[in-house]
Amino acid sequence: MNPEIGHFALILGFALALCQAVLPMVGSYTGNRPWMAVARPLALGQLLLALVSFVALTLAFLADDFSVLYVANNSNSLLPWYYKISAVWGAHEGSLLLWVLIQAGWIAAVAAWSRSLPLTLVARVLSVMSMVAVGFYLFLLFTSNPFERMLPFPAAEGADLNPLLQDFGLIVHPPLLYMGYVGLSVPFAFAIAALLAGRLDAAWARWTRLWTNAAWAFLTLGIALGSWWAYYELGWGGWWFWDPVENASFMPWLVATALVHSLAVTEKRGAFRSWTLLLAIFAFSLSLLGAFLVRSGVLTSVHAFATDPARGVFILAFLALVVGGSLLLFAIRAQSLPNQGGFEWLSREAFMLINNILLVIATAIILLGTLYPLVADVLGWGKISVGPPYFNLFFVPLMLLLAPLMAVGGILRWKRTEWSWLRPALVLPLLISVVAGLVFPWLYAGAFHAGTAITVAVFVWVVVVLVRDIWRKSAYSGGRVRGLRRLTGSYYGMQLAHLGVACAILGAGMVSIYTAEKDARVEEGGRVEDAGYHFEFADFSVVQGPNYVADQAEVRVWRGERLVATLYPQKRRYLASGQLMTEAGIGGGLFRDLYVSLGEPLGDGAWAVRVHVKPFVRWIWLGALLMAAGGGLAMADRRYRARRTALAGSTIDNAVVTGSH
Amino acid sequence: MKNLKLFIPLLIFVVLGLFLLWGLGKDPSDMPSALIDRSVPEFSLPDLQNPGMTLDQTLFQGQVTLLNVWGTWCPPCRVEHPFLVALEKQGVAIVGMNYKDMPEAAREWLADKGDPYRATFEDREGRYGINLGVFGAPETYLVDHRGKIHYKHVGIVDEAVWQQIEPLYNKLVAASEEDRP
Repeated sequence: MNPEIGHFALILGFALALCQAVLPMVGSYTGNRPWMAVARPLALGQLLLALVSFVALTLAFLADDFSVLYVANNSNSLLPWYYKISAVWGAHEGSLLLWVLIQAGWIAAVAAWSRSLPLTLVARVLSVMSMVAVGFYLFLLFTSNPFERMLPFPAAEGADLNPLLQDFGLIVHPPLLYMGYVGLSVPFAFAIAALLAGRLDAAWARWTRLWTNAAWAFLTLGIALGSWWAYYELGWGGWWFWDPVENASFMPWLVATALVHSLAVTEKRGAFRSWTLLLAIFAFSLSLLGAFLVRSGVLTSVHAFATDPARGVFILAFLALVVGGSLLLFAIRAQSLPNQGGFEWLSREAFMLINNILLVIATAIILLGTLYPLVADVLGWGKISVGPPYFNLFFVPLMLLLAPLMAVGGILRWKRTEWSWLRPALVLPLLISVVAGLVFPWLYAGAFHAGTAITVAVFVWVVVVLVRDIWRKSAYSGGRVRGLRRLTGSYYGMQLAHLGVACAILGAGMVSIYTAEKDARVEEGGRVEDAGYHFEFADFSVVQGPNYVADQAEVRVWRGERLVATLYPQKRRYLASGQLMTEAGIGGGLFRDLYVSLGEPLGDGAWAVRVHVKPFVRWIWLGALLMAAGGGLAMADRRYRARRTALAGSTIDNAVVTGSH
Repeated sequence: MKNLKLFIPLLIFVVLGLFLLWGLGKDPSDMPSALIDRSVPEFSLPDLQNPGMTLDQTLFQGQVTLLNVWGTWCPPCRVEHPFLVALEKQGVAIVGMNYKDMPEAAREWLADKGDPYRATFEDREGRYGINLGVFGAPETYLVDHRGKIHYKHVGIVDEAVWQQIEPLYNKLVAASEEDRP
């Protein structure tokens, strides 16, 4: 019965979304206040219905209801309960239901935290977001119903969740990523509302910035978690593959990053208005494009969802409607938006512009590389695959250019900065970073390496400029501590996120340059030496998991006479699907990871193994954490909080009014 | 409408959309797993039970056959094996593909546990497995009397799985009998 309740709730949710897409929008033009005000209760209703639907599917998984086709295809009675829950979003249909749930969540969030905005604006924003939701409801109901039954002959046992996805990382990765993707629909909706009104002011920019920050922080975490998952679960020791699906998540992130900065200019200086709107449209369009690429099967990827051309046609039509429609609106309405605020080249605005240009170029390069195989195929140039060398060739120099400028942009003043003021702020950091860059490779590896020197110099440069700036800005007659407390949340957020970028660059550079990797054939008791570590394969055994059997090695890692770590890499065979999975053994550390994965058994008790020592690899994800934390801090800025407390009273009033309807 | 450059983003998107639309009609992967509804790829591989002899795709002509991919190194194959023996007793023709395995060990396994296979060919390096689109063992393909693949199952074939495959199997058998004058 449960699945039918879920299905029914989904249909009801669709009906509410449809009302919400139409009524408030019409009301905003006819000046009908009740029609506009109904957007808020409808948002709540939509969220509740989506929740019911989602819970119904989750219960079907927990109860091993294999009469539901989707459950039978993606679960198994032997699956541990927590993977039964995460299996809900383990494949296409369920992940789309999660998408709809999160969309409803964002709509409800905007409805709840928008009391200080004019009703017309809120009504239009909620209406636009619901239009997007309607598209996804239709997609779900007509092409990807997760509640479809296999009756009258239900399966006796489920086919099991793809073993790659049976992992903690996957429990959290898709929800975070979708929070980011779908969250970008908020700035998108704000942009459309601004275009419809032909007006955008500082309040608009301030609130759009808040929502963009939130979505951006989620997207950052989601991508980082995906990279971390690929690192330890795929068993190749790589952390980024420039796979189409990774690119699909990275492109909206880059544009959202540009948007966060462009919005800052729009809020503080009123400049870059049409550019900001365009970025908001692009960021969400790239999210949708990502959804299209992953689910339509036009590109091959390690993340292959069950693909289906009918779904592809649907998303493409949806994409054409949403993106084409909004870009057309932009082309017509952005004409009337005046840009104001002149600035000189040595100003924060100018550096924000450079930031935006570099980020958009990076996005364009990735988009080109991702779609090139498709374009080549269509034009009959043969099957081509664009690999990491292409992406690295362009992307790495762009980031190494962006990062030093980022540090400067963080300390520049608006409109105009005196070179005489700026120079002392840069000379000392420059000196320190150059020396650090030159010395570090010698100290670390005993030989000079240009790549290391540049990476370290960039890192040190960003950190020193940043710390010096905090030190200077916190100078206060009332004492240092009070000085530090006077600085705003959005200032700290910015600095923290910039520090995160520097850490990620350092991690990526170091691990790319100094990873030591060895393939070897070992028997029990055999040893492999790699980068000063001895890996002793003490024991091979067979262990039994809940739904798999695994060959497991016990690897003791020695540095000299000292036992550093004991690792247990596994080669698992999942019983239901018969799939083989490599589970790497990882000894983590701030400055290096020890990474062992089992290859093929070679007979006579010997195994092919791969051993890596990966310096600083964790700094990549640490950097991402700092970036997301920075986004969070910026959201906690006083200027949002003050308003919220002031409006708490009216929120309660409204709730009473809503309840009495 | 004096500022026409505002239309540039729209234009770019339209071009992009056209490419995506064309792209939808194409199969990007051409993964051999898409062999469903195509013929069994050609091969000429050693016959496990008759050393020195080879087998080829004509093995699949004239009779509806299950092609089972297995290896002695694969624990689930051990689980699956008794059911295959039972299936063969019901009169289902099964051809084995011994995948990435040692021939001696494989022959011993069949002598020990019973040989449900009408014939078994060796794919020692796993090359043919690539043509066939094998993910791992065990895997089972349903092939009709003309050598066309109709269905692929990844994982163990047991009673429950067979219940799903059987209707299609029976249909194919019926079709093959109609073909026979």
